[in-house]
Amino acid sequence: MSNRYSRQELFLKETLPFRKKRALIVGAGALGSALAETLVRAGTGGVTIIDRDYVDWTNLQRQQLYTERDARDQVPKATAAKQRLQSINSEADIKAVVADAGPEELASLIEEQQPHILLDGTDNFETRFIINDLAQKYRLPWVYGACVGSQGISCVVIPGETPCLACLLAVLPAEGMTCDTVGIIAPAVQMTAAFQGAEALKVLAGRKEEIRRELVSFDLWKNTHSSINISSLKKEDCPSCGRQPSYPYLSAERRTKTAVLCGRDTVQVRPPEGRQFHLDQLASMLEKQGTNVKTNGLLLSAVVSGKRVVLFQDGRMLVHGTKNISDAKKLYQQLLG
Amino acid sequence: MRITVNGKQEDIKLARPTIADLLTQYSLQEKTVIIEANGEIIPKDSLSSTHLKEGDRLEIVQFVGGG
Ligand SMILES: [Zn+2]
Repeated sequence: MSNRYSRQELFLKETLPFRKKRALIVGAGALGSALAETLVRAGTGGVTIIDRDYVDWTNLQRQQLYTERDARDQVPKATAAKQRLQSINSEADIKAVVADAGPEELASLIEEQQPHILLDGTDNFETRFIINDLAQKYRLPWVYGACVGSQGISCVVIPGETPCLACLLAVLPAEGMTCDTVGIIAPAVQMTAAFQGAEALKVLAGRKEEIRRELVSFDLWKNTHSSINISSLKKEDCPSCGRQPSYPYLSAERRTKTAVLCGRDTVQVRPPEGRQFHLDQLASMLEKQGTNVKTNGLLLSAVVSGKRVVLFQDGRMLVHGTKNISDAKKLYQQLLG
Repeated sequence: MRITVNGKQEDIKLARPTIADLLTQYSLQEKTVIIEANGEIIPKDSLSSTHLKEGDRLEIVQFVGGG
């Protein structure tokens, strides 16, 4: 039998460097799909993928593991991903988890699965900060990646060596630029996943000295690329990676909270403290994509995915016409990231 | 004034602009960005006191949340 990894081995000058390695991919959307396929094709021994969502028609334009059939049957993304990945490489041990990637779920997956790396396939900053804290706590490298429009960004976080996401960003950005508000083209996904995937291979192959130490970003439409050495941004007193870490995003008060408002067929979604939204900016973004929006500067109201939502400046959102907490939370992160 | 932003030559028409002025021109003033000017990262609170000059090389990285 001819060796399926021969071209990779020719480049790496190493046989089966990933066979005994496992990656935990958080999110099976566009980035998660691309990363999972890259790792499984490369011969990574184990891939665990967690996602709370199901396949929808609007996913097919860029989420490479899914088919029309998955969308028609509303198959959970993790399940559909596993099926496709297994048909790509039957030797890989693929574990699919259909669940919300909160701190407890992720912590127990890390303990049970013992991954060598955490990969960011999420679509929101809150989950990224949870990954960031867990990576420090369990001393695991993780690779940040995000994309929107024709832009993307990525960097590698290695505990004890590089700055972490909290060093780079003191607070959760609150700009509401997500794939659902400004859209996205598939090449932006592919490019971001390529930056993440290459570093993941280096980490898994143990090629430490070759890991990229820069924060990279690009815009494929404007044809720009930038790369910044961020090593000077590591903070001694960082709450996630500093000398006395408190892992703020693993504690309850830093988490998005939801509550069904009694008798009102409404769910309230409350973000972690310290987010201040620019409602006017968000309103004009939603208007541009044809949503009917009203704002008086203090609150914004709009109809999104058939539901009336009201957003307050402090980031609190009321989702009317539902009692389903996970639907409301999903809508919230679709809008605000 | 000619500067390089993310590897591209830009002609800036503003008089004695600061980095903050440039961000406003790019509609990035309220976005989450990290800026490097001539190889040095510029702290957030210095953006409006750091003036640009001919030939400056700027790298602007904008954080986004999608995926
Ligand atoms: Zn840190």
